[in-house]
Amino acid sequence: MPKSPQEEVARHKQANVMLSRVAGSLYWMSRYLERAENLARLVDVNLQILLDFGQVSHETLKEHWLPILRSTCDEDLFFQLYEHADSESVMQFVTFSPENPNSLLSCISNARENARQVRDQISSEMWEVLNDAYHFIKNSPHTQILNGSASAFYDEIKRFSHLFQGITVSTFSRNEGFEFIQFGKYLERADKTTRLLDMKYHILLPKVTDVGGAVDAAQWQAVLRSASAVEAYRRFYVADILFAKVIEFLIFEDTFPRSLLFCLEQMDEFAHLIAGTPSGEYRSDGERRFGKFLNNLHFTTAKDIIQRGLHEFLDEVQIEIGAFGGHLYDNFMYHPPVDMQAEIRFHQQQEQQQQTVLPVIC
Amino acid sequence: MLFDNYQPENFFDEMFTADGVTRPHYRSVAAAFNDVESPEFRNKQAAVEASFMRGGVTFTVYSDSQGTERIFPFDCVPRVISAEEWEIVEKGLIQRLTALNMFLHDIYHDQKIIKDRVIPPQYLLSAKHFRREFMHFEVPKDIYVHICGTDLIRDKDGRYLVLEDNLRCPSGASYMLENRAALKRTFPELFKASGVRSVSDYPAELLKVMQYCAPANFRSDDAPNCVLLTPGVYNSAYFEHAFLARQMGIPIVEGRDLIVRDFKVYMRTTAGLVKVDVIYRRIDDDFLDPSVFRPDSLLGVPGLVNAYRAGNVSLANSIGTGVADDKVVYYFVPHMIKYYLGEDPILPNVDTYLASEPKDCQHILANLDKLVVKSANEAGGYGMLMGPWASKAEIEEFRRMIEDNPRNFIAQDPISLSRHPTWTGDQFEGRHIDLRPYILYGEKIVVTPGGLTRVALKKGSLVVNSSQGGGSKDTWVLRHSVPE
Repeated sequence: MPKSPQEEVARHKQANVMLSRVAGSLYWMSRYLERAENLARLVDVNLQILLDFGQVSHETLKEHWLPILRSTCDEDLFFQLYEHADSESVMQFVTFSPENPNSLLSCISNARENARQVRDQISSEMWEVLNDAYHFIKNSPHTQILNGSASAFYDEIKRFSHLFQGITVSTFSRNEGFEFIQFGKYLERADKTTRLLDMKYHILLPKVTDVGGAVDAAQWQAVLRSASAVEAYRRFYVADILFAKVIEFLIFEDTFPRSLLFCLEQMDEFAHLIAGTPSGEYRSDGERRFGKFLNNLHFTTAKDIIQRGLHEFLDEVQIEIGAFGGHLYDNFMYHPPVDMQAEIRFHQQQEQQQQTVLPVIC
Repeated sequence: MLFDNYQPENFFDEMFTADGVTRPHYRSVAAAFNDVESPEFRNKQAAVEASFMRGGVTFTVYSDSQGTERIFPFDCVPRVISAEEWEIVEKGLIQRLTALNMFLHDIYHDQKIIKDRVIPPQYLLSAKHFRREFMHFEVPKDIYVHICGTDLIRDKDGRYLVLEDNLRCPSGASYMLENRAALKRTFPELFKASGVRSVSDYPAELLKVMQYCAPANFRSDDAPNCVLLTPGVYNSAYFEHAFLARQMGIPIVEGRDLIVRDFKVYMRTTAGLVKVDVIYRRIDDDFLDPSVFRPDSLLGVPGLVNAYRAGNVSLANSIGTGVADDKVVYYFVPHMIKYYLGEDPILPNVDTYLASEPKDCQHILANLDKLVVKSANEAGGYGMLMGPWASKAEIEEFRRMIEDNPRNFIAQDPISLSRHPTWTGDQFEGRHIDLRPYILYGEKIVVTPGGLTRVALKKGSLVVNSSQGGGSKDTWVLRHSVPE
């Protein structure tokens, strides 16, 4: 038997009431769109790098694309569906494949489906952008994109995401819903930034001597470009693209809105707002754990990370992000479904008790 | 230009008289469209369709695994109703809903109308939607039907007739509002000289109705918590549910968002449970509460009926209203108006035969190829036989079904529905139309001036339902009368 409502009932005015399901949908809508944007950027940058290489062998091509699949953990699924990892098959898979739950098409339709669930909560303008994005990708001719107009296509996807964020900021009330949207966005972005950095770890360099060479620099530049960070990086560190500097920038530069630290701080801030915990305080196990982790990060340097191993560090970050996301999801967005049969029996019994009591009163 | 080759033919045409003269209340619309050239009209029609697609004003084609979405086809030429005609329609609708509501109160209480032998008891007690569990139950403010959509048609003489009453969960009001918005965007100049009455109050009026019907024991300085209960995002009318909830500024909830404790309904929010006072439910009785009605319903809320009976939550519409829009009961509505109000019906019924009356049944069976046969409880144009257009096999199938279960069938003479100029892609042709106005019953009965005009887009077709190839038009009610 669930808790009596009196214990749980919130004193809320209607305007402030937000269904848990609605919060969950706003959160996922936001995450899926951010995921799509990052994916579009990743594929686009990879395509452009390929142009610098000129003619490449089958093996090189495979090495070039595999990290993308690994970074989204979809490698197994890919090889169930395709034989070779080349530009065409990977692009098809990450862009249009309905079988791939993380393809652009899947992300955009999931964002839209979640928006549809909360159609009454978001502004018409927000809905229209997602709807446009969906019809855009649905009606895009696959072959044409795979054979030439890819950049324009991925640009358009990025634009939809940016448009959506801008419209959200200028049309959505600063209520709880906004906090869930922002939390979802920064969580997804933090996670994607770690995966982007980790991708470099997966890239197998042709020869050991290439470390620090031209190919290496090109790849680190690609990482920066995938995070839209080249221009911002250059303002900080002038022309040279150095391994340690890139890591420092993408992890610790807390003025840059796609850096890991920036995203984690935003997550922390919006999680505080959602839970109603005053800033600087930590009241639940989930909050304490994430707070501790974030605090530790402030006392860590790029050098520490490189010494310890970038991959190991990123792994840990991903685990912490996942745990904190799960904490918020379980506490604010998800109610376990009621046991229908038990509910039905419970209310039928209550009904019978009512009826046997009634004649006595009469 | 556009109407130069238009032929009203042998029908009542809304826009033109039989000899091709524009009716006075259509003059400004006809003049405006006559200035438009075909390519421009085509462009504007395409622009409207694109904006519906963009706004997601669509329904999903169920049979298609690709999740293809279609818009509800929209025709840009508005249907215009003169101020004088509307005055009669409005009075007639108010009269009819008043009587129907009194009828519902009566049959769930003293059943005087049966005792006085105005309606034979077997018709009511056998009605599929009669809810015996709600005998002697008091609904807040004695209002059973808060939202009503009545289907009207016009016959060959232009007389308005009631085709059916929809007293359960009538849909389509969002299209009435979206159609108006679309036409304003596309042909703004049309509106300037015409004096069209606004329909935009509908959501606000609906919210007022909900608040007015708050439970009798609701005492608070705050407004009651109102919600819209939807079957969910996969329902074909979900767009409408979300649209209305947004317009009213109330939460849209699914069954799984609600829980009943201590005979009270709560919604599950990020801040815990919050009490719900009034539910605009868009789920049929059968699926509302699996602990009372269909136990296999996953859409409903167990315990909702208990809470309703305890007077802790109000439902719009109430449970059990379906008994009054049964097509057999429809036959008796004119008698009800006479019985409860002592008035003659302002809007007549279509002449109807009851298969369960032996004399009528003989007539029906002998004339199946000339009549329209409907089953008593189906909606949406299903379970229907259009005699003059039906095949021999279909007619024989209905003959068998009628003989098996006469209670379940009525028949009507086919009505030659009025027609309206409708764009076919390159020119205007006459297409049959009907009209569904929306009537709200709160502190008083309010008829929104307009409604949903549905149009059978297929040439010659009389079926206007959206599920069967129908489209719609914006519906104008003029503020002032237009001189002859």
